[in-house]
Amino acid sequence: MSKFELTRRGLIKSSAVVGAGLAMPTLIINSANAYTNEPKGGSVTLGFNVPQSGPYADEGADELRAYKLAVEHLNGGGDGGMMNTFSSKMLKGNGILGKKVEYVTGDTQTKADAARASAKSMIEKDGAVMITGGSSSGVAVAVQALCQEAGIIFMAGLTHSNDTTGKDKKANGFRHFFNSYMSGAALAPVLGKAYGKDRKAYHLTADYNWGYTTEEAVKSSTEAMGWETVNSVKTPLTQTDFSSYIAPVLQSGADVLVLNHYGGNMVNSLTNAVQFGLRDKQVNGKQFEIVVPLYSRLMARGAGENVKGIYGSTNWHWSLADEGSKAFVKSFGEKYGFPPSQAAHTVYCQTMLYADAAERAGTFNPCGIAEALEGFEFDGLGNGKTLYRAEDHQCFKDVLVVKGKENPTSEFDVLEVVEVTPVDQVTYAPDHPQMRDANGNAVAVGTCNPGA
Amino acid sequence: MDAIILQILNGLDKGSAYALIALGLTLIFGTLGVVNFAHGALFMIGAFCAVTISRLLTLSHTVLDETRTDFLGKPLKVDVPYIYEIFGETAGNTIIDWSVPISILFAIPIMILIGVIMERGLIRHFYKRPHADQILVTFGLAIVLQEVIKYFYGANPIPTPAPEAFKGSFDFGAMLGLEASGIIYPYWRLVYFAFSAIIIGAVFAFLQFTTFGMVVRAGMADRETVGLLGINIDKRFTIMFGLAAAVAGLAGVMYTPINSPNYHMGMDFLVLSFVVVVVGGMGSLSGAVLAGFLLGILESFASMTVVLEALPGINQIIIYLVAIIVLLTRPRGLMGKAGVMEE
Repeated sequence: MSKFELTRRGLIKSSAVVGAGLAMPTLIINSANAYTNEPKGGSVTLGFNVPQSGPYADEGADELRAYKLAVEHLNGGGDGGMMNTFSSKMLKGNGILGKKVEYVTGDTQTKADAARASAKSMIEKDGAVMITGGSSSGVAVAVQALCQEAGIIFMAGLTHSNDTTGKDKKANGFRHFFNSYMSGAALAPVLGKAYGKDRKAYHLTADYNWGYTTEEAVKSSTEAMGWETVNSVKTPLTQTDFSSYIAPVLQSGADVLVLNHYGGNMVNSLTNAVQFGLRDKQVNGKQFEIVVPLYSRLMARGAGENVKGIYGSTNWHWSLADEGSKAFVKSFGEKYGFPPSQAAHTVYCQTMLYADAAERAGTFNPCGIAEALEGFEFDGLGNGKTLYRAEDHQCFKDVLVVKGKENPTSEFDVLEVVEVTPVDQVTYAPDHPQMRDANGNAVAVGTCNPGA
Repeated sequence: MDAIILQILNGLDKGSAYALIALGLTLIFGTLGVVNFAHGALFMIGAFCAVTISRLLTLSHTVLDETRTDFLGKPLKVDVPYIYEIFGETAGNTIIDWSVPISILFAIPIMILIGVIMERGLIRHFYKRPHADQILVTFGLAIVLQEVIKYFYGANPIPTPAPEAFKGSFDFGAMLGLEASGIIYPYWRLVYFAFSAIIIGAVFAFLQFTTFGMVVRAGMADRETVGLLGINIDKRFTIMFGLAAAVAGLAGVMYTPINSPNYHMGMDFLVLSFVVVVVGGMGSLSGAVLAGFLLGILESFASMTVVLEALPGINQIIIYLVAIIVLLTRPRGLMGKAGVMEE
């Protein structure tokens, strides 16, 4: 058995070796790079940070499929998908700026700390020049802040809270997905037309950031057209059986139930509400109705028949007939055998938008890319004319109001588009009250950080 | 008044699930002395028995429907279940509609088998180890089972509806002579409550009135003496483990129409069930059932609007608050006996 002996000379020797080892990489990066992870060889690495485990793993899997498709298209494989319909014609199928696109993936687990750790590892170990993905606003806000510090561009995936481009906006972060405010603004007129302007609403709200901003958005837009909010109750995020929250709705005199829930919460609360016969009830002489502000196809499938006839909003849907959507559905559908989800669509767009911005800027420098994306107007990516607004890095485009389909033809055919709300109706000022911080102050997007 | 009756019903319904899981936990603890953290996973596997049976019943071959097109403009592929060819479309649909009750028949032997394999294959090696080791190994097992289910069935909830006859809700108000549609309660939740009551009654009757049950109770009281009398108590305890697994599994099967099952539903119930066992008293079967219903009802009342307005956030902590109070005033739980886990 050997004995470990600590001597003064030994300690100095090994410290010197370790110290030199630690110092070296930092020195090299500092002297040679203009910005974090500047790609030097013939390839560029993108970091796809999606939930691969945990409750949103299926959504993450669909995001990953779309990312792989985007990489294939960027490198000149496949049929090119939306590269053919994108209004900017900079992408030629020869990678980005002539460099072959490679990727690494991380698992966010839909936990902010795990997502930060996996993003950090992709930046530091794998040299990812951009991080993208996610299926939750908590994750998006956390990873976006990390990318800002690290000098990396963050192209958000599925995140719907106002805060991502509201009070928590960052100069290095960009969001293609729509937000709570837009859902409220798009839904209110459709709800008014379908259910009348004299309604009493009861909100059940998931007790976290996204729930609050969605409740606020739907409340303010429905109250503006004459609805009254009789009550709003916060439900714990871990709640599985909502029966004890549904029962009081029956006694409240409300005739509409708004479920500000997502994921498993939404599947269960909607199922419970339908079980309790809410949809067969007459209150105040009107048919009782249920509204789900944010729909996702993957969730709608989980709720089964209970979604039929229920209104909600969505970022994109595969049944859209514009050229961009058709091209994307075709290349995704032929590769994987089923239509893409809205999460898949948004991350595919984000990858293309990043690649295009790098081409137009002529660099991978985050500041160059940010400048190219700010105020960028484009078309052909499935939502019509779209603007990446400079003030908050939020995309402005048409929003879809959807309804659970009565006669689905397949397990993917659960929603139908009832209205495409034009972008003007969902546009707001960058310093809108819903985008301000807790003290009511407007937050600026700040300056880009190239790192290094 | 209506609101209170509704919340009592809700509490009884939630309590049924807690009581069934806690009953199985207590059976295992009482007989084998093992704290089984994989018990929630057994509940989840029971639910996925229902999912599997409904998938088997709807096993289909695809037929191309030339009159309709799919999302790529190709002829639509329509799934036709094989069961139509055996029983015809009408009878086939009825069988598919009743898939959850049918699953009960299949779930009992499957769950007993899984329970016995779990006990013989893994848990019996940990009888002589400290409780901390048992907790670690069973908790690890729970995570493994959870990931296996996720691998095969995905992470999303899978809708498994109740038979058409039990959909919709029942007008209690009209029945009790109160205002019509004042108290409405879903049929299936009433079925769930009745089913749990029957299962709980059956377990108690089995332990009380059969020779097997008598031997098991004797073994729970004094394992060594029963062994010295020449009775193979280990074999009986293994069967009890299987039985406890079946109780948890049936609770899971019947739960599927209430909430679409997903891979982590077991974990959602596990922690609460442990609180139920501790509040009821470690090793006390009637304590587990009583505490299950009690905490279910308290949890329901705590989420009433009037209560929440007076005490915001009480809905999230009520169960733990009650647990603390009970343990401070009655350290052995409501019906716990001296000498359990106190060596």
